[in-house]
Amino acid sequence: MKRRDFVQYAGMGAGAMMMPSLLLGNDIPAEALLEPGMDTVLKKKMADVALNTAKSMGATYADARIGRYLNQYVFTREDKVQNVVNTESFGIGIRVIANGTWGFSSTNDVTEDGIKKATQHAVAIAKANSKIQKEPVVLAPVESYGEVSWKTPIKKDFKEVPISEKVDLLLSANGAAMENGANFVNSALFMVNEQKYFASTDGSYIDQDVHRIWPTFNVTAIDRQAGKFKSRQAFSAPMGMGYEYMDGLESEKLSGPEGIKLYNRSYDIVEDATMAAKQAKQKLTAKSVEAGKYDLVLEPNHLGLTIHESVGHPLELDRVLGYEANYAGTSFATMDKWESKNFNYGSDIVNIVADKTQVGSLGAVGYDDEGVKTKKWDLIRNGTLVNYQAIRDQVHMIDQNESHGCCYAQSWEDVQFQRMPNVSLEPGKEKYSLQDMIKDVDKGIYILGRGSYSIDQQRYNFQFGGTLFYEIKDGEIVGMLDDVAYQSNTQEFWNSCAKICDKDDYRLFGSFFDGKGQPSQVSAVSHGSSTSRFNGINVINTGRTI
Amino acid sequence: MAIYTKEEAKMILEKALSFSKADACEINLSGSNSGNIRYARNTVSTAGYRSTQSLVVQSSFGKKVGTATIDEFDDASLEKVVRRAEELAQLSPENPEFMPPLGPQEYDEAITYKEATANVSPEYRAEVANSSIVPAAAKDVTAAGFLDDSAQFSAMINSNGLFAYNKSTDVDFTVTMRTNDGTGSGWVTRDYNDISKFDADEASKTAIDKAVLSKEARAIEPGKYTVILEPAASVGLLRNMFRSFDARSADEGRSFMSAADGGNKLGQKIVDERVNIWSDPLHPDAPTSTWNGAGQPLKKTSWIENGVVKNLAYSRYWAEQKGVNPVPFPSNGIMAGGDESLEDMIKGTKKGILVTRFWYIRSVDPQTLLYTGLTRDGTFYIENGQIKFPVKNFRFNESPIIMLNNLESLGQQVRVNGNLIPYMKIRDFTFTSLSDAV
Repeated sequence: MKRRDFVQYAGMGAGAMMMPSLLLGNDIPAEALLEPGMDTVLKKKMADVALNTAKSMGATYADARIGRYLNQYVFTREDKVQNVVNTESFGIGIRVIANGTWGFSSTNDVTEDGIKKATQHAVAIAKANSKIQKEPVVLAPVESYGEVSWKTPIKKDFKEVPISEKVDLLLSANGAAMENGANFVNSALFMVNEQKYFASTDGSYIDQDVHRIWPTFNVTAIDRQAGKFKSRQAFSAPMGMGYEYMDGLESEKLSGPEGIKLYNRSYDIVEDATMAAKQAKQKLTAKSVEAGKYDLVLEPNHLGLTIHESVGHPLELDRVLGYEANYAGTSFATMDKWESKNFNYGSDIVNIVADKTQVGSLGAVGYDDEGVKTKKWDLIRNGTLVNYQAIRDQVHMIDQNESHGCCYAQSWEDVQFQRMPNVSLEPGKEKYSLQDMIKDVDKGIYILGRGSYSIDQQRYNFQFGGTLFYEIKDGEIVGMLDDVAYQSNTQEFWNSCAKICDKDDYRLFGSFFDGKGQPSQVSAVSHGSSTSRFNGINVINTGRTI
Repeated sequence: MAIYTKEEAKMILEKALSFSKADACEINLSGSNSGNIRYARNTVSTAGYRSTQSLVVQSSFGKKVGTATIDEFDDASLEKVVRRAEELAQLSPENPEFMPPLGPQEYDEAITYKEATANVSPEYRAEVANSSIVPAAAKDVTAAGFLDDSAQFSAMINSNGLFAYNKSTDVDFTVTMRTNDGTGSGWVTRDYNDISKFDADEASKTAIDKAVLSKEARAIEPGKYTVILEPAASVGLLRNMFRSFDARSADEGRSFMSAADGGNKLGQKIVDERVNIWSDPLHPDAPTSTWNGAGQPLKKTSWIENGVVKNLAYSRYWAEQKGVNPVPFPSNGIMAGGDESLEDMIKGTKKGILVTRFWYIRSVDPQTLLYTGLTRDGTFYIENGQIKFPVKNFRFNESPIIMLNNLESLGQQVRVNGNLIPYMKIRDFTFTSLSDAV
């Protein structure tokens, strides 16, 4: 699903009830989600049709991805169910190398004839484009894994949970928000199951079953007299988990200042909606921030997006090399900086890892979409840039011979390419809590949740907002602030990182909608961190009068 | 896959509707063929072709609604999808905001389809890529571009006698040209319904020239500047402003368009009186379908007239609640231009900035429509009526409402992303910081 469609679906923008279901796959009844789909024996046979056709036409490499993508979405506002959507999308995508050039084609006609035609189309495109190809594709070797499988370790399959239970939960959250002073509330539950089968001429046949879930809401409080409205979004994170994420386990809750509750691997949506309504009302009368330099204490559900934009994207090798120049942009983290082995990306406590294996994360899979076993690797170690994110046709350009395993396509019908793995900040090694951190700040702002975010095309200059802002004076929270945004430069910002809380504070932030490529594709990715402090950051006041 | 004619589409839709046993039924049929080529580092990177078709059935019993979709159109499949929508409707909770299907409507004949665009070949796409790559390489510049062409149709029928059909073609092109020393970058965007209007050589040359001219940009202090915004720069902010033209959000008090007294800003002057914005599906330079997905006819509609809010969009449900006529959302945005040329705009500027485009525009405060973002791919300093030198990119924090109140002059209209937007000169545009990005 595209980001704009989500906005429409979630009722958070205009035209909430205009359902562009064509973009989501075919609508099906909920119970059809439980149907098993094509078995692996048949999938292998069908994939082999593609691989053999490609080889017979002169392709030097081919891979086939048979995908069944199942989605269930529930949308509500206040006391109403707006929509329940179940969709299924099924088809095959075939990628080939012929004359040293990529070609790709996809079809929902998963029969021998349909696959042959699509493969022929892919080879024809490769051959047509090879005439203007100046950089023949070089693939890093990959192990032949034979027939293997992988599954997201879930406890409750969303497909087996009745829709009525999901609707009741969202309506309870809405009710709690309204009872606590909200004027409006939209809530939604997104559940995704990717059943992906990968086969390549390198000899792997990989069957994967990937689950993701995202509960979210937007609570609005209005003061009509003052002509003001303020919103507070959910403090949930999209997760690579099953429906068990909705259990609201006490053991997975953390307590912050001002009665704030934060959630780790289990989410209490009713409790969060209750708090959200109170906080949205509080925002209506919060003090407007005085612009200036502050020490920022950034909570993981906020910091994750800053990591995403200022570390995740600039270290994508395709951006560094110029493949994304016409859309997402390039990167300040150029090859010479990496080659110098002493590019000071951040302060020496900054250690950032890429990881496609982290349990519960959105990026976790056993194998990527070109059949490479996933792993964890360093991007920044002790503040120094040490590596990028790269896939099979890229790693030779950084003198490496093993793909990092972060190739992904949003569906069977889109071509796979390098996508961001989970990129996370390692927790501090010494025992240090959020409370300890606040005590150590003289003039600062504690920022929670995601807000406005914008960064330039080479990832130098950024501006971020947030959901909630609390002023810290002399080691104590003194009240709520509004109109806060901070502006910084990536390298300066990470070099101002002065303290990181320990592993007990570590949580995942996530996004279902990281966009890249033309035609644009989305990818789901998590970013873990513990609350961290950045000293002397420039804060602007975003309040205006019209 | 075929782009069905009106008659073919009608036959499939009538067949599907004949299976309906629901109180009401509405069926949408659509299909598209699209091809693309992507290039970077002066060589082709990916190319693709996609063909899709889909039929969506929405059945309702009272206010219980179900939707089902299928991509095969034989009789058995059509009956299956209608039955499925009906089963889903019976299982669904009531949607109190459900509106019964519209009756028969009169639609204007659209002018959105051009055969030449529907016939674009892979070879043509490769030629377009080459027409960027060859001249770029000759100037020590690297091209990265994307061409996407499509032909599509959509049709709809319902149990109250409505039938609608449209077919259209589109081509979208963007190219970024970067100088090989990494200090200059230029860009263009072009979009048409008719590919014969597209000149790949001209577009590529414009981007190359901008890249070369923008080399070795100097840093100047951020602050409030007079800006000349090319249409591709202002379109993003204007499009965001359009999103607040929803009457319901305004009436609910959660939009820039909410009025302090509890109503909305309909009839209020919100921007300079020279600002006139309307939508028109039959405009020859930016045509769209003459009906929307709900079957409502789209007509020329004024949104801002002489700076005054003339219309807000009312969904059928909200219009009924408010006792007014529904007003569908616009399918394009057309802003009246003026007679000043870009050259004259520059000549008449004592001190200012010429902006090619804005990038990464995000909402900062929906209350004031404050947005942030950055300039990109060609930003130039103007002094005493002349372009003096390229400048480093700026971050802005600005509201389109403030911007349109600070209007100095209007120039020629240009098509951008299906809209028609004029060159604009704006005073006191707020740049808040500098970026090193090229």
